[in-house]
Amino acid sequence: MVLELQKPRPIWQIMFSTHHTDVGLMYLLTSLTFFFMGGALALGIRAELFYPGSQIIADSMTFNRMFTVHGTTLIFLFLLPFASAVGNYFIPIMVRYKDMAYPKLNAIAFWMIPPAAALVWLGFADFTWYATPPYSIISAPGPAADMWIFGLKILGVSSVLGAINFIVTILKCKHPDMSMGQVPLLAWSFLTSSLIVLVAIPTFAAALLMLLTDRLGVSGFFNPAMGGDPIAYQHLFWFTFHPEVYVLVIPAIGMMYEIIPRFSRKPIFSHSSGIFAFVLLSMVSFSSWAHHMYATGMSFTEKTVFMIGTLAAVPASAMHVFNFIATMWNGRIKFATPMMWAVGGIALFFSAGAGGVVNAAMPLDFQTHDSYWVVGHFHLFVMGTIAFGSIGFLYYMFPYITGRMYNERMGQVHFVMSFIGTVMVFFTQHVLGLYGMPRRVYDYPPIPEWITMNQIATVGAMIIGTSMVIFLINMIYSSGKGKIADTDDPFNLGGKYYWPYEAKNPHH
Amino acid sequence: MGHHSNWPEWIYIGVVIALMVWVGSEAWNAERLVEHIPADAEVIKVTGQQWFWTFEHEDGTKEIGELHVKVGKAYKFEITSKDVDHAFNIHDYVVLLDAVPGRINTVWFAPKEVGEHAIQCREYCGLIHYNMRGTLYIEEADKKS
Repeated sequence: MVLELQKPRPIWQIMFSTHHTDVGLMYLLTSLTFFFMGGALALGIRAELFYPGSQIIADSMTFNRMFTVHGTTLIFLFLLPFASAVGNYFIPIMVRYKDMAYPKLNAIAFWMIPPAAALVWLGFADFTWYATPPYSIISAPGPAADMWIFGLKILGVSSVLGAINFIVTILKCKHPDMSMGQVPLLAWSFLTSSLIVLVAIPTFAAALLMLLTDRLGVSGFFNPAMGGDPIAYQHLFWFTFHPEVYVLVIPAIGMMYEIIPRFSRKPIFSHSSGIFAFVLLSMVSFSSWAHHMYATGMSFTEKTVFMIGTLAAVPASAMHVFNFIATMWNGRIKFATPMMWAVGGIALFFSAGAGGVVNAAMPLDFQTHDSYWVVGHFHLFVMGTIAFGSIGFLYYMFPYITGRMYNERMGQVHFVMSFIGTVMVFFTQHVLGLYGMPRRVYDYPPIPEWITMNQIATVGAMIIGTSMVIFLINMIYSSGKGKIADTDDPFNLGGKYYWPYEAKNPHH
Repeated sequence: MGHHSNWPEWIYIGVVIALMVWVGSEAWNAERLVEHIPADAEVIKVTGQQWFWTFEHEDGTKEIGELHVKVGKAYKFEITSKDVDHAFNIHDYVVLLDAVPGRINTVWFAPKEVGEHAIQCREYCGLIHYNMRGTLYIEEADKKS
């Protein structure tokens, strides 16, 4: 096995195990594999947009398929499985239970991912990750589109199974001595995000079935030629996928709640306000879905309602940022790699949120909607916040998983390059959007400002790509040949800062 | 839970909420003004289809890929689509609205200066989405009328 080399076990023992750390490891390796696959597509997209005209991709259809699979992969096959990996490793330990509540269900939820991923990748659909009708019904080439629909269906079921498992583990299996108020914030983040999954996903599951039968021609839910309403699909889609943004971001914030106090060597400023903000966020996540749809021709009243619902999410997010800063305040901060990623992630979270306020304000949205601004905006969330938190947490749990230490210098170089690259790509894309460049375009007219900004973005993307190669080398090399870590305090923080929980990884 | 007082957090949250109320009310007010279509606005029917724009003026004149309008007049676009979703966009005038088959969406604008501006599609619509572009020509108003 690549990881856990201190006590090697045959790979089949890990693959067919239902123990939470083994399932967690499978989730982790799967998600990292797809992180690199989806990232490679992103580099292809950026290389193509380096200059007007065709660079490395021969036709627009291939390009369209690439950004569709890029988005689908990184959301459903990297971010979600990564969160599940962390949850599997840590939730049972944090609530002091021997395993997840339903170990077999846990393994089943994981094993639904590879076939779904195969469907998405072998199909290579082109209708963007929204799959908006009528395009997805009358125009998108099959069988790619149908394979995507089936793949997403399976991933949805997997998410729901995982969510049920987390909820039951936290609520029903936690140690009787432990009150809900004492449950660590990381576990609270999984509880709230899992509740969102349970409420949100069924809507999209229904929409996918309707989309499939529409494609088969036996129904016309979203097909205007048969009396259907394509806007209805967008409502169903965003009712699931706006909350889904919070499903991704809440666990990442939970991971930062583990990292920040350890490396500040201080307790969290306010545990209760963290819990409060998680619960509040999970509720307001359902009040803002149609802010993605201002430009579909919504009435003034509808837009006003969803603008208020969107702005309502800001105070709850701001509470987390305050909690992080107040925790670091006067702390003895050690800027080891995980802390760098967490602090960088918070800075980018703040920027992403500020951009989100602009999108929510109705008249400004018509400047930014469907332009590169939006691409920059949500990438600051998914890359700048969620992936940064996740990668930081991967460094943090690396000694815990492998019993070895990664190379600190390489980790820091990885962070610095990724941070610079992220700023170069996604801040520039905000400005590019204000200059009017639409998203999802294979080619663009040779407007000098557009060319310059696309080139800055492409260079930034290549810097991120290079840093990820350093990351990969560091992870592979260190898991086999890294220094043996002191698993009680691998970061030399002193005391019980690193691991305040009783249980250890049983494989060491 | 905490052993310390939380008052800085509450002040901070109060400031954030006040900011959001301000942003929200300004946006509400601006959008209310922007959406008020002048009564004398001339109607232009805009139709999107894979992958070009068609325009029909009130007098029946049709244009494909280009649109000619006059300075100083108000125009109301009635936007629809023949096949899949598109988004009609004149970025320089912040005109942006989806073209959805089976629906007519309306937005208005009043050109201020003579000039040429790009018209583009901002909603993914397939193979040639990237080149579903047109040109808006803003011309001098007729002396006679």
